[in-house]
Amino acid sequence: MLLNNPQEMTISLSAGVQFENNCEVGVFSKLTNAYCLVAIGGSESFYSVFESELADVIPVVKTSIAGTRIIGRLCAGNKNGLLLPHTTTDQELQHLRNSLPDGVVVQRIDERLSALGNCIACNDHVALTHPDLDRETEELIADVLGVEVFRQTIAGNILVGSYCAFSNKGGLVHPHTSIEDLDELSTLLQVPLVAGTVNRGSEVIASGMTVNDWTAFCGSDTTATELSVIESVFKLRDAQPNIIVDEMRKSLIDSYV
Amino acid sequence: MEMEQSGMFMPAQTVGTVLCCICGVAMPPNPANMCVRCLRSRVDITEGLIRHAAIVYCPECHSYLQPPRTWIRGLEPESKELLAFCLRRLRLPQRRIRLVHAEFIWTEPHSKRLRLRLRVQAEALHGAILEQAHMVELTVHDRLCDNCTRAQANPDQWSAVVQLRQLVQHRRTFFYLEQLILRHGAAVRAIRIAEADHGLDFFFGSRSHATKFVDFINGVAPIRFRNDKQLVSHDVKSSIYNYKHTFSVEISPVCREDLICLPPKLANALGNLGPLVLCTRVTNSIALLDPLTLRSAFLDANQYWRAPFKSLLTSRQLVEYIVLDIEVESAEVHIGGSKYVMAHAQVARITDFGKNDTMFTIRTHLGHLLNPGDYALGYDLYSANNNDFDIDQHKNLVLPETILVKKSYQEKQSKKRGKARTWKVKNLNMEVDTTSKGRNDEKRNTEYEEFLRDLEENPEMRFNISLYRNKEYQPSEAASTADGDDIPSIPLEELLADLDLSEDEGNQNGENMDE
Repeated sequence: MLLNNPQEMTISLSAGVQFENNCEVGVFSKLTNAYCLVAIGGSESFYSVFESELADVIPVVKTSIAGTRIIGRLCAGNKNGLLLPHTTTDQELQHLRNSLPDGVVVQRIDERLSALGNCIACNDHVALTHPDLDRETEELIADVLGVEVFRQTIAGNILVGSYCAFSNKGGLVHPHTSIEDLDELSTLLQVPLVAGTVNRGSEVIASGMTVNDWTAFCGSDTTATELSVIESVFKLRDAQPNIIVDEMRKSLIDSYV
Repeated sequence: MEMEQSGMFMPAQTVGTVLCCICGVAMPPNPANMCVRCLRSRVDITEGLIRHAAIVYCPECHSYLQPPRTWIRGLEPESKELLAFCLRRLRLPQRRIRLVHAEFIWTEPHSKRLRLRLRVQAEALHGAILEQAHMVELTVHDRLCDNCTRAQANPDQWSAVVQLRQLVQHRRTFFYLEQLILRHGAAVRAIRIAEADHGLDFFFGSRSHATKFVDFINGVAPIRFRNDKQLVSHDVKSSIYNYKHTFSVEISPVCREDLICLPPKLANALGNLGPLVLCTRVTNSIALLDPLTLRSAFLDANQYWRAPFKSLLTSRQLVEYIVLDIEVESAEVHIGGSKYVMAHAQVARITDFGKNDTMFTIRTHLGHLLNPGDYALGYDLYSANNNDFDIDQHKNLVLPETILVKKSYQEKQSKKRGKARTWKVKNLNMEVDTTSKGRNDEKRNTEYEEFLRDLEENPEMRFNISLYRNKEYQPSEAASTADGDDIPSIPLEELLADLDLSEDEGNQNGENMDE
């Protein structure tokens, strides 16, 4: 399902993405406002989905981290920087430094919890981290990514990087988050949050989808309801639409979620 | 919870609502993150459960078959035992499914169908537990169980018989045994009970029942028995032999109140007990009392049958005497639960009394009961003609002229004759052969009357017998309270109220008022 807008930046939501028959898009890719990392996969179809959406705007880089393909869960980054675990090889580090834009600081950090993607969830202004992260790592995050760091849990889970995904416009969290927690997090992050699921009821949000300010990619199992929730919370629908599309839309859609 | 109790501040946690990922309806989050309807439409947890089963029922004895061979009785329709039985037949997979509730849905009994509604819980995807209702229909097949087939094929088929015999001229023992058997329920498994001359025949379906009955009789009477079997059929292939077993049981001919002359060897073995003894009580051992010395002895069944002896005189030969004078000689002696007092008495036979002057001066053990002017029953050895081998064996034996046995209430009881008693006894249902020769109904009835009178007079005989209150008894206005000497009668406390299960009268529960 693709909602297209003939503007410079097409706001879009891609569903039906699969990496080697696996719907966990967020595991094999990392999407930020400045760049996109994609795992080296078997077939090119995964890469081509990202290419087709983003090629004109931001660089789409094929890479591996620590020799693995689960790059989305190992690294954390935003438009200011990228943090890599200590297991990243020198070649990968060099490759990334070369491929990414100059404004992006690529840093390899020494942290006991090496799956940084599971431990850190961030947008361009705020980051939520695993409560047990080292002090130095926290300072590094604040420096490299240029964000305010908050140690939090989501619905009692310490792996904040897995159970929530947020951009500068909105965020989606674990479905079991209580209303008070939701309010608290929303205040911290200063974006609207909603509790929901992805990939037909999967609670691991950040594995099932990846998002930046104007695009989101979801796994193929995502149902229409989930897609509409994602669209609404990440504001992927409310762009300036074409008049024709607008008229069509009015007759096609009867209610906003 | 514990954190709250320990005083820590727990912020309120309200559960928010999420959208069901399939249908979009708002719902509280659950492990599958789908609303219940979507989950139910995707996952059917009753997938592997059986919906139709069959059970087998025997219409004769109302029992259900539990394969391979057990038949379970007592399962009422729509009872919880029947529910448990049906659930066992369904073979629910216990690891995967948990049964929360089960109940019967009413079906017409003639439809031969049982319907159950079960509620099961099982894990659907991602750990969400789903509860679903499941209906099972059980078909009831009718089939006669093995016992009923055998019973129907040949209803009179017995495989063991116990033949009880006692070679005496009266049936008192069998009246008494009948009451004992009723009280202890020893003959409930008997297929048939038939009367034979000198005894009774009990027919059983299996040898073990017959053995149990013989053991019971062994405990209440001094018997000897033998066991024989006769081959009925033989299955060559499985080597099963079917027999008819016969237990011949002989009860000792010595009865209560008999006069016995002990053989010399036995008298010596019992410590020179005077050769003439009275038998006071017969249970599984024989109690003997020497009336002239007040010594007693007990003979075990084995001891008796090693050297069996017959009675010299039986209670049919009791003669009535009138006591003219009595002189107590010794103090009270307690023997075997009864008390005796040695006394000298002057007695005369009733037939002689008033006509001639024949009197006898005797020693008697009934000193505690008799007063001058009383009537007593005793053995008339003076005029008896004894043709006993054992008596001749004793050299220099001097026989007393009379031995008194018991006090007689004959005169007073003649007034009461024909009036109903306050109590009654139940009877076994015997097949009585009315066509055989030598049967004397009148004699039978008098013997039964005497037996009932015996019961009245002897509390120790009543010990093991159930007596029931006679509802037809109405005390007459001219109640004989003016009788000087009380006729022994059974006090009301000993009588059981008969259990009456009829619906028109009020409920009378059988309370056991036994002492």
